[in-house]
Amino acid sequence: MGEIDESDASQPLSGWGGDEGLGRRLKALACTAPLHDLDGRKSRLEWADAAAYQMAEVGLQAIDQVTIAMDFDHGASHDQVVRRLLPFIAAQAPDRVQGEYERVARWVLECLINVGSLDRGFRAVYGVFGADGAYRRRTFDFKLLIELLSPEGEVYLRTSDEAINVLVGALDTDVESAQIAAEVKLENLIKRGRLSDAQVAAEQARYRTVQYAEVLRRKMEATRRDVRAVDWLNEVPDLIAEALDHIATRYKAENAILATITQTRDEAEEPDHKRRAARLVEVVRDCIRRHTQLQARLQTAGQTFRAEQDRQQFAGPPQRAAVDLFGQLLVPLLRLPVAAAGPPTAVFFRAVTGTVQPTAPRLTSLVDMLLSPPRERDPLGEPVPEPELAPPADPDRFSGDLWDHADALLELTGAPRRLSGLLAEARSIDPGLPHLVALRSLHAVSPEIGVALRQGDPALLVAVDDGTPLVDIGFGGADLLVDVIALSAAVPPESVLRSDEEFDTEGARPA
Amino acid sequence: MSETIRTADAGDAARLIALGLRPKQRPSRDLIYADLVRRYRQDPVFADLVEAVAAGLGLAVLAVTTQSGAVLAAMSESAFEVKIDEYARRVSLRDRNVEKVLHGLIHLAVAALCFPRPDDLADDTYVGRVSVEQVDQVVREACRMLDEATATTEENADPLHGAPMLEQVWRVYARRPSAAATKDGRLASDTTRGMITKALRFLGDQGFLQAAGDEGGGTFRTTPRYQVQVRELAAEQAFDELLALGVVAAGSPTGSLQRRGPQAADV
Repeated sequence: MGEIDESDASQPLSGWGGDEGLGRRLKALACTAPLHDLDGRKSRLEWADAAAYQMAEVGLQAIDQVTIAMDFDHGASHDQVVRRLLPFIAAQAPDRVQGEYERVARWVLECLINVGSLDRGFRAVYGVFGADGAYRRRTFDFKLLIELLSPEGEVYLRTSDEAINVLVGALDTDVESAQIAAEVKLENLIKRGRLSDAQVAAEQARYRTVQYAEVLRRKMEATRRDVRAVDWLNEVPDLIAEALDHIATRYKAENAILATITQTRDEAEEPDHKRRAARLVEVVRDCIRRHTQLQARLQTAGQTFRAEQDRQQFAGPPQRAAVDLFGQLLVPLLRLPVAAAGPPTAVFFRAVTGTVQPTAPRLTSLVDMLLSPPRERDPLGEPVPEPELAPPADPDRFSGDLWDHADALLELTGAPRRLSGLLAEARSIDPGLPHLVALRSLHAVSPEIGVALRQGDPALLVAVDDGTPLVDIGFGGADLLVDVIALSAAVPPESVLRSDEEFDTEGARPA
Repeated sequence: MSETIRTADAGDAARLIALGLRPKQRPSRDLIYADLVRRYRQDPVFADLVEAVAAGLGLAVLAVTTQSGAVLAAMSESAFEVKIDEYARRVSLRDRNVEKVLHGLIHLAVAALCFPRPDDLADDTYVGRVSVEQVDQVVREACRMLDEATATTEENADPLHGAPMLEQVWRVYARRPSAAATKDGRLASDTTRGMITKALRFLGDQGFLQAAGDEGGGTFRTTPRYQVQVRELAAEQAFDELLALGVVAAGSPTGSLQRRGPQAADV
């Protein structure tokens, strides 16, 4: 080897060695693979004829939705993203059932998280020439959607940097300059009335805003953990100043844009134009809202730093030598290759976990244990009986005894009696009885004779007011005449029902 | 306090060790235990006997105090050792080694968070607090710094294909998701937060940590027993292992958890 000609394969390819661009492009290409895979794998889905769906589109929409929902503390929850995806999926195949759309949305989301894999991410292998000219295959691990746990313990999604790059494209540039370019573009587009393009530009501007917020969020989180992890002398003050400048200019620009497109929206005749303008108004309002949020965070950033500095600097002098667990053990271990890290971690684990009590089986108890029949266990447990809930019966105001006494008292067989007499007698039997007697007498003033007849009641209690006032210590009103009348079945119900006066003459016993 | 050892003394020594094997037993709650602890501290012959019995069982006596009783540690291959293979039980054998390293690393990170400064480890009265969220965030932050440090070098530092065991540990940790949604809404056990939760609960069951609330995914307080365990044994042994690998990290009196980068830990 090495003596044929200049294209000898064993010659070091020094010209290729430093080609970082190739590696970057290969990585960028790899990031799009999961989206292509979605369409490649859709034919293998068993639960639906997925050919009608453009899965890559749904995938991009999903990444979009998660990115839009990202703010300082949260991203979107799975359900939120699925819900927002449904209209887009439904539009692709309008004649399918709703359940299928949801399944498609969940499938796409799971594929983008790569739920089946241990790391919930993707891995691409690419080959590049090293500095020494040797060709080496390297792996590139990336994620598109990241699952995180909110302080409330809910799992939510954020898009990874890779995904934002795939989504918006070429975000590898300076955030600030890209922002200005997008702004100029947006204004021009609106002036020329190109609303669909203006919407794209506005949405891109929003992604950049999200990215700004994300950078700041990370810095603040790092500060909260360790003030010295972040350069508060130059880097962060510069970032804050830059971000505040950016907000000031964006405020002006966006309010101007908002005024223009609100006007466009209100004046637009064509419904499509109007709808687009309305959507654009929404996007720009969201941008403004995000700026306000970012500004609020920026204003508290300095305060956070000072508070954390106070808190974290509170440290006394060392007392005796001990190992610095973080700096001397954890960080060096993180830098080791997996193979070499095995023994130290195993030693630490054994030493720190303490002791376990080994089980010493005894033959007699072992035999018992082995021979005892397995306990039947229903994974769902006992069926929960459906309780039949009925409202509790109202407590009786009057006891059974009182009712019996009242019945006996109102069992009038002779002449009709005055209420005053009945009350006096009742009072002599039981102090609670007069109340019941009075109520029953009152109830008898205009009895439902028709009902009583239809029920076939032999007799009915009737009370009549003849103008005599009642003189009693507990009750007032008319001193009713109370009597029991016999109901004759021979009387046709119609004639009784005709009027109540009739029974006074015909049905009542002669007084 | 006799110089000759009687059979009853051997029984007492074994009883002290048996009590030490139950980490939730405290001398303050048990008169016999308290008596044995006092005897260990006052009678050197008895102390020697206890240590000899412990050594025979494959145990090391780290400390015997009235506060936490007998603090014991299992020596290698002892019947009382917590086997990492059983602790990190996973279906896939292929990932077993990686999982073991991650579990060990997480226990180290828990200790590092419990005792952030060397002082805290040395100070007997120090009580550390640690939460699941804290551990995950600090390790991830350390990973991010290491990532940044590699990004500044000119060389392509992506791991080589086909050599998973040569991949640096921080990459494995950083790649592992911190949380994942499961069908039944529980925390997935193979995520970093799932593993940290497991570690903290395990240490809680061992009597090393005490649950102190639900904030940050579960907050725990350290016990003196844990401090002794980390200081007297775990940190030293892991440090020796690292020395054997040629990894020497210079310590600073204020500790390095607040340091900007991992530069000082360079080999």
